[in-house]
Amino acid sequence: MSRQRRYRLVNGQPPSSPQMRVLKAVVFTIACALVLVPFVGIVATSLAPAAQVTAAGGLVLWPSSIDLSAYRAILAGGVVTRALGISGIVTILGAALSLTVSSMLAYALTRRALPGRRALTMLLICSLFFSPGMIPTYLVVKQFGMLDSLAALIVPTCLSAFNVIVLRAFFSNLPQDVLEAAQIDGAGEFSLLGRIVLPLSKAALAVIGLFYAVGYWNSFFAALLYLNDTSLWPLQLVLRSYVTNGERIAAADMDSGIVPPQVTLQMAILVISIVPILCVYPFLQRHFAKGALTGAIKG
Amino acid sequence: MSTSPSARSLRRRLPLLLLAAPGVVVLLAFQYYPLLGNVIAFKHYLPFLGIGESEWVGWQNFEVIVNGDHQFVTALTNTLIITLVQVLVVFPIPIALAIALTSLASERIKRIVQSVLYLPHFLSWVIVVGIFQQFLGGSGMLNNFLRSNGYDTFQIIGNADLFIPLLTSQLIWKDAGWATILFLAVLSQIDVQLYEASVVDGAGRARQLWHITLPALKSIAILLLILRLGDALSVGFEQIILQQPAVGLEASEVLDTYVYNNGIVGGNWSEAAAVGLVKGVVSVLLVLGANKVAHMFGEDGLYRS
Repeated sequence: MSRQRRYRLVNGQPPSSPQMRVLKAVVFTIACALVLVPFVGIVATSLAPAAQVTAAGGLVLWPSSIDLSAYRAILAGGVVTRALGISGIVTILGAALSLTVSSMLAYALTRRALPGRRALTMLLICSLFFSPGMIPTYLVVKQFGMLDSLAALIVPTCLSAFNVIVLRAFFSNLPQDVLEAAQIDGAGEFSLLGRIVLPLSKAALAVIGLFYAVGYWNSFFAALLYLNDTSLWPLQLVLRSYVTNGERIAAADMDSGIVPPQVTLQMAILVISIVPILCVYPFLQRHFAKGALTGAIKG
Repeated sequence: MSTSPSARSLRRRLPLLLLAAPGVVVLLAFQYYPLLGNVIAFKHYLPFLGIGESEWVGWQNFEVIVNGDHQFVTALTNTLIITLVQVLVVFPIPIALAIALTSLASERIKRIVQSVLYLPHFLSWVIVVGIFQQFLGGSGMLNNFLRSNGYDTFQIIGNADLFIPLLTSQLIWKDAGWATILFLAVLSQIDVQLYEASVVDGAGRARQLWHITLPALKSIAILLLILRLGDALSVGFEQIILQQPAVGLEASEVLDTYVYNNGIVGGNWSEAAAVGLVKGVVSVLLVLGANKVAHMFGEDGLYRS
């Protein structure tokens, strides 16, 4: 390069013009605010004392003092507490089942000795291209006697072909000579999977497991479709009645006896349904940053 | 102990078959077996008779489609309009965001912005719809603010005329950040030397964008467009069914909600299944067709046969 440049290249690109830089700063600040302000408003309102919320006629952006009565009211037993428990059970059992079934299938598909390996792989990949339809799927769930049971929320959706494909790519990128060596030493397929493949894939398994877990936690339509028995309703359906449909949360729905303002209760339910996601988010985020998943997808 | 070759290979194959079995069973039971249930589209299905006993009626259930039943036509029109708006408005946003993110000089700021913008993707539709109501609804934050300052209020939630813009902004809020992830991955693969060489040749940022960045994103953008086309007839089912009571069917009925409302809620199982079946077949044809078009433009598309 003969000519002397007066600026430093960023990723090979000259720096933006000052106007462009201001524009970018404004756009990104607004975008981040649009995401964060609702969170602040929800959390603040759920913690605000009744008088402040009543005076504001709705959401507040900062609580004048911290009042936990909304959380006490919904967590002391009753509809929300029960729904929270059901969602927790479905999420944990579902994620465990999904991860087990998916990693077993993904591993088997990486092994040459699997009879009908090509056909099974095609069976898996083809399923990405069509959906069997809502009515036929409903009839099958009904035929298997799963209507009005929590199994209907877990079993029909427990296998994501996409996740199996990601895991299969990850497993086949593991050093195969380790597997061959263990095999020569007499290790069977179960111990290859349990002692070598799974321990080497902890991060990938954790990410896929969390994706499954988030899916179960957020799932709302399966419950609407398959559960007539409202006592089995998971949190998302309770959220729908109380928050999006605006049904009144009566004292009878809670065992605590205290009834804070409706908005405060609604926001507390929203917070409770968001907090688990926020807890696992940093972990998921760290793995996207590393590109663990995108690498696996391309492989 | 000596074992025959077939017994030895069985000892390796059997465990593998056992490992694959649960996943394959789930796949067959809930992805392939339900396809058979589509026969009720050609029957007059009555739950108490079951599929086998219900009477064959030929193509009768498809008459809603052929004769253009009003509710069906509304659902189809709404679906196509929403898809069109989403492809034109929503699709380019993550591309622009990804390009802008990559051009940020500070890695730290880039990381923070990414963390914030990915977050809404992990919230359920119930939560997203709830949040929008709390902020834009009749007694939401915006209208409370306007009212207390003596301005007129806007009816945004429950306003049929604004339903599609509302759906679109919810979709952007929830997923535009997350959708940058694939574009960012592609952008990070571009050889920096290409940019550096172009600077030597006198290219500014605009020319770099036009001649290097956008061409690099072409394949992934086409791939995602093909996938979106395959989904052209499915638009945000959960998102829409949640808000349907507020805006009414005329503005919000789409094909998926039509199948749900007529079949599961209304009990016209066979008619709903017929619409669902046609929708499924058309979707597969759309993917295959879009893939062909991509090949004509010299792109790899989804697959090559």
